[in-house]
Amino acid sequence: MVNKRPAHSNLVKELRSGRFVLTGELEPEKTTGLEEILASARAMKPYVVAANVTDNPLSMAFMNSLVPAYIVQREVGLETVYQMVSRDRNRIALVSDILAAAHLGIRNILALSGDHTVLGDNKGALPVYDLDSAQFVYLISKMVDEGVDLAGNEIHGDVDINIGIAANPNADPLEPEVLKIGRKVGLGVDFIQTQTMFDIDLVKEFLGEIERFNCPCLVGIFPLKSFGIADFFDKYIPGVSVPEDLLEEMRRCKEEPDKDKRQGRYDEVNIEFFEPFIKEVRKTTKAAGIHVMAVFYERIFEPLLRTMA
Amino acid sequence: MIITKQKTAEKIEEITEPFGKLFIVGCGTCATSCQTGGEEEVAEMARRLGEKVVGTAMVEEPCDLRINRRDLRDHRDELSEADAILVLACGVGVQAVGDFTGGIVLPGLDTCFIGETERIGKFYDRCSACGDCILDETGGICPINRCAKSLLNGPCGGQVKGKCEVGEYKDDCAWVLIWERLKEQDRLDLFMKFRPPRDHSQKILLSEVVFK
Repeated sequence: MVNKRPAHSNLVKELRSGRFVLTGELEPEKTTGLEEILASARAMKPYVVAANVTDNPLSMAFMNSLVPAYIVQREVGLETVYQMVSRDRNRIALVSDILAAAHLGIRNILALSGDHTVLGDNKGALPVYDLDSAQFVYLISKMVDEGVDLAGNEIHGDVDINIGIAANPNADPLEPEVLKIGRKVGLGVDFIQTQTMFDIDLVKEFLGEIERFNCPCLVGIFPLKSFGIADFFDKYIPGVSVPEDLLEEMRRCKEEPDKDKRQGRYDEVNIEFFEPFIKEVRKTTKAAGIHVMAVFYERIFEPLLRTMA
Repeated sequence: MIITKQKTAEKIEEITEPFGKLFIVGCGTCATSCQTGGEEEVAEMARRLGEKVVGTAMVEEPCDLRINRRDLRDHRDELSEADAILVLACGVGVQAVGDFTGGIVLPGLDTCFIGETERIGKFYDRCSACGDCILDETGGICPINRCAKSLLNGPCGGQVKGKCEVGEYKDDCAWVLIWERLKEQDRLDLFMKFRPPRDHSQKILLSEVVFK
């Protein structure tokens, strides 16, 4: 299936041009300040086409991602992918936020259901899920392509937004995940970004399976800034496990007492792992790019890109 | 069946404490099967609450106003003497006893869900009474009830080896179960079907059912 929607965002323009693109990731936290996000955005800007701004990941109550998604575009000039989860708002609030995003010049939305509330830092919260992620794509498509909301109410003004979805190639069994992606792509998806991947064989299998949907897919990677982060990721992120060898390497790096040397070792381990990984992705799959979830680890972009040149 | 569990002894003590005289009503149907509000549990509750208890009664179906009328007919004097009625039934039973008697009613049980029974004491949450059943499309497995996010177009990214991210991967992912069942039945076209957002107003406005 071919998506007829115009490319509203630079990200989708680049993807449609066939260039291999990189996207980054910014994570608002439980703070009223934006300094760290802005610094992170500035640091990754030379390397990425756009950066995702996460929406209360793992059900942690953080700053509303629309604000940094807008401020980063305005202050840094880096296009953002506004991540939105349907966990925390019903269709009324979703429409409301999409209208606001369109007004603020947001051009990409990544439509997600969101990690369940019981995984978060306010476990007693009521999960909303008025819409699931497929219905959320359906809603945005209606707004963008037809200028109406779900009830058919007319929207004044254009909603010039491209729609992304997430995919989990780690899913086991994989077939229902693939069928789900197909179901969603049929509703008007412009790009796919995968969950973080460490297993190249799973990447190949998944990209092969979804090729028939003809939708550009960026493979997610998560360079590991420290052993602590690697360990947390391995233990707590649904559906993701860090390979034992890599985790062990990271554990060894942690033993290095000198901070600069330790950082250098961490960087080396990441490059040693991800350089062949990315090369293999480019050589053997039809991936449209890499989604680099190097949250507050922007220094890895430069050496990582050097290996890609 | 409506699945219930008894409130803790401390909670029962707390909610009954303000009242000098109590009447206890048990349920002859679901709460009897759950062993939370049957004859034995009513007798045990009366023993625990001691002299405060001025009477007890088993109502075959306390959720039914007609049965309340029938089964509480002989307890009018005790009911009028009581300051409050402790009802060992589901939330519907508590309310119906309150509607019938006009007295102060106290819930002795917590209502958990509409459940499937494996054996007495082991029940599974299976129906959310959503008012718009689609079990014909989902291989007889309810995603509204059994998916932690009530997704109509699952699975989500939180399934690992067929288990759900909610509850530390102990429970099955409903959408993997649905996929397996539909695959077995050679009906994967139903899995691929997009289910649009629900009209929740239908359920919200469904507060009574009247058969003409």
